[in-house]
Amino acid sequence: MKKAKKSLAATKINEIAKLVYSTILKKKQPELSMPLRSLTNVQYDPKKGYFELLGKFKERTLTATTIKTFAQSLRLMNLSKELIEKDDIATKREAYYVSKNWADARFKEQVESDTVMDDIEAMLMVNREQIGFIPEEKGGDVAGKLVVVDKDPDTGKDIKIDCTKMGSGAYSVPSKVEDLKFETNAKFILAIETAGMFQRLVKHNYWKKANCILVSMGGVPTRACRRFIRRLSDDKKLPVYVFVDNDPYGIGNIYRTFKVGSGNAAHINEYFCVPRARFLGVTPQDVIDYKLPTHPLKEVDFKKIKDMLKNDPFIKHHKEWQKALKQMQQMKVRSEQQALAKWGLNFVIEKYLPEKIRNPKKFLP
Amino acid sequence: MIKVTPKKTAEELGKAHREISVSQFFEKNRHLLGFDNKRKALMTTIKEAVDNSLDACEEAGILPEISVEIVDMQNDRFRVIVEDNGPGIIKAQIPKVFAKLLYGSKFHKMRQSRGQQGIGISASVMYAQLTTGRPAKITSTVGKKHKAHFYELHIDTTHNKPEIIKDETVNWKKDHGTKIELDLEASYQAGNQSVDEYLKETAIVNPHLTLTYTNPKAEQIIFPCATKDLPREAKEIKPHPYGVELGMLIKMLKTTDARTLQSFLTSEFSRVGSGTAKTICQNGSILPKTKPKTMNREQSEQLMQGIKNTRLISPPTDCLSPITSALLEKGLKKEINAEFYVAVSRPTAVYRGNPFQIEVGMAYGGDQKGDSQARLIRFANRVPLLYQQGGCAFTKSVINTGWRKYGLSQSRGALPIGPLTVAIHIGSVWVPYTSESKEALAHYPDIIKEIKLALQEAGRQLGSYVNKKKRMHAETAKRDYIEKFIPHVSAALKELLSLKLVEEDKIKKNLKKILETNRGKLENLKFDPKKNVDYDPELAKIGKSVPPVENTNDIGFEEKDEKGQKKLSSYKNK
Repeated sequence: MKKAKKSLAATKINEIAKLVYSTILKKKQPELSMPLRSLTNVQYDPKKGYFELLGKFKERTLTATTIKTFAQSLRLMNLSKELIEKDDIATKREAYYVSKNWADARFKEQVESDTVMDDIEAMLMVNREQIGFIPEEKGGDVAGKLVVVDKDPDTGKDIKIDCTKMGSGAYSVPSKVEDLKFETNAKFILAIETAGMFQRLVKHNYWKKANCILVSMGGVPTRACRRFIRRLSDDKKLPVYVFVDNDPYGIGNIYRTFKVGSGNAAHINEYFCVPRARFLGVTPQDVIDYKLPTHPLKEVDFKKIKDMLKNDPFIKHHKEWQKALKQMQQMKVRSEQQALAKWGLNFVIEKYLPEKIRNPKKFLP
Repeated sequence: MIKVTPKKTAEELGKAHREISVSQFFEKNRHLLGFDNKRKALMTTIKEAVDNSLDACEEAGILPEISVEIVDMQNDRFRVIVEDNGPGIIKAQIPKVFAKLLYGSKFHKMRQSRGQQGIGISASVMYAQLTTGRPAKITSTVGKKHKAHFYELHIDTTHNKPEIIKDETVNWKKDHGTKIELDLEASYQAGNQSVDEYLKETAIVNPHLTLTYTNPKAEQIIFPCATKDLPREAKEIKPHPYGVELGMLIKMLKTTDARTLQSFLTSEFSRVGSGTAKTICQNGSILPKTKPKTMNREQSEQLMQGIKNTRLISPPTDCLSPITSALLEKGLKKEINAEFYVAVSRPTAVYRGNPFQIEVGMAYGGDQKGDSQARLIRFANRVPLLYQQGGCAFTKSVINTGWRKYGLSQSRGALPIGPLTVAIHIGSVWVPYTSESKEALAHYPDIIKEIKLALQEAGRQLGSYVNKKKRMHAETAKRDYIEKFIPHVSAALKELLSLKLVEEDKIKKNLKKILETNRGKLENLKFDPKKNVDYDPELAKIGKSVPPVENTNDIGFEEKDEKGQKKLSSYKNK
């Protein structure tokens, strides 16, 4: 399965290269055409549960504005082809450094190479692991009622990792999660924004009381983290609850990307989002119900809310979210997860989470 | 206590009033005539002499050959000798021509000439006399059969009349011509606004002139004539009705020989036939049979109104002698090695009834510096104007023209910036100068409007060139940028598809071809210093303060030329 997928990517690369070559031989202008990666080029279908690409494309060809990325795309495709052939991998950072051999065509910053890499992904409609590139980023931390079945890199034998036996530490999600297997009898997965809140819940063995799996996302979840939770929840039919700060970033970036994907990576959203996720908190209503301490919203926050209401297909689809965001807009304040500590350090464990989880139907979609 | 001085009576005051002669006036106000400093005095003296020689030769239909010599006499004294092959001056006129201010032949004539007022050369004589006490030495002969006359002259400034020191008959081996010799206090310095520059520019706009110039360092420069054809002779014309003012009209009515108003109008003015004369009378509600001499002030004013309300044909143009756009362009080519030249001649126009014609020439790019203000060369009746550029209507017109649409940068109220030289010429029967020294053109709206129209006409052609060049420059930059990545495309494809070297080369070749087909052929607008065959680098050097910076070819993107900088400093050290 794995090999078949990889050679599929290699075949696609070869096809594209051949097409460019034959176009040049015909003395016609060669082009690379790739899906436009932006919110304007996605639609939200709640039945499918993720952002799907619309048909907009961008072209790279022999013009002053696109020739550089045209050449860079071809060179990066070549690097990818070599990686696939040798069954090797390169981190995104390494790929960026390889480009330093390309003289004028080298990347100045890693953002540039990341963008071209994402474009190739989108063009081939595969994810970057399939074309041999892996991110630097960590996949997230896991603790709780879960056994991960991985393989020993040398022997290929199964290794069982029991996430209940991490003590005060946690299991770290690897960058490739495709071949992992899971054993669990937990009732739900709780995805947490901040490492601090995760630490608190681990320290007091919250997962034991609630019979759940805890995952620390550390801000916007990485692809590996999203894919890990997606596979786990699909395999074991587990509900996923998201627990983030009550601010436009927590809702619009972390939760939205987690649940339905992003415009930027629309080509791989299908596999890298968790459509069954639900929003546990902190909601604007929580701020009132629990009398939480607040910070005033800044200019950028108001802008972000406005933008979401106007342009985000996910928000535009859900009236509940529009209502919540408008409420935030009116309250003019935001609240952090850890503001719950106002009522005592363990208020979140003893009162807030149990009260919330008793009524999952009330969660925002 | 305030001490009261006894007041003077009107009678006593009356005794203090005296007539002032023009000579006395200009003796005190010599700056009005262009003698404000020693350097300028030298230039002005030579200018007046050469202008007169040129006028005389052209009037007599002689191809001018003029020699100018400056001898350094030490202690800031110079001897200036100007000799021409003109028709000569008859004996009786010599003293008055050279030693009486406001004595001249051109003031009353309606035709284009360099001299106008009859002040210039006499003022030089007066200046020489004031600064060295030496008389002017004049030699002139009118033909083979006649002997040459030699005069030494002073000006009696109190009475503005010549004082003859010496009057002799001499043998002069010359068919006809005049020579003037003056000793004056002056200083000589080459460079901008120098005698050198004046003579060079004069030679350029008077291609029929052969000029031999010996500077104080005893170096001789010869400007040979570029054409054997004299410029079109400027005909004398009668005034045009549109330019006459009421006072002038009344004077003309009083002095005319005409019996009726209609014949007065047809005989005293140009462009008025009997039909037009009738229309004027009708429009002014006066009978055409009115006797001019009997007309009173009110009637004269009615006549003025009649003229104003009648459409008249522009004055005739044969009173003017334009340089012609072809010769103006050729002159610029001689002096400046540029990439683009344009010259236009406007049709004749009128200000205050005086016909005039504007000609404009432009030289763009090439050797010229791109980051400084454009150079402006001004001519009036074929005489270069070197001073008072700031107060000149030419300058104002250039400033008031919007140069940005022609692709040059320009700050508000300033000359445009760019590698540009603009030459403007006005030819007129009466050039309105701001002062008697004839350094700057007065600001008549009609003239400024014409200059601007000429600048715009030439500017449009300049603009299309500059913009084309800019486009080509941008296009070249884009193409070079794209071509930079062609080897990367071919290298990547070679590895992706395991191609052979030959196939990789084919990719490169094809991509270049595709680029050419898609973006069109590139026109080469690079400056070729050898293209302009008329360019005379030796001539260009004369009268310049700074040696020209070597070959910098592009607009605005000029690199600093270290050699040029060094040259400049070593030149200054000398």
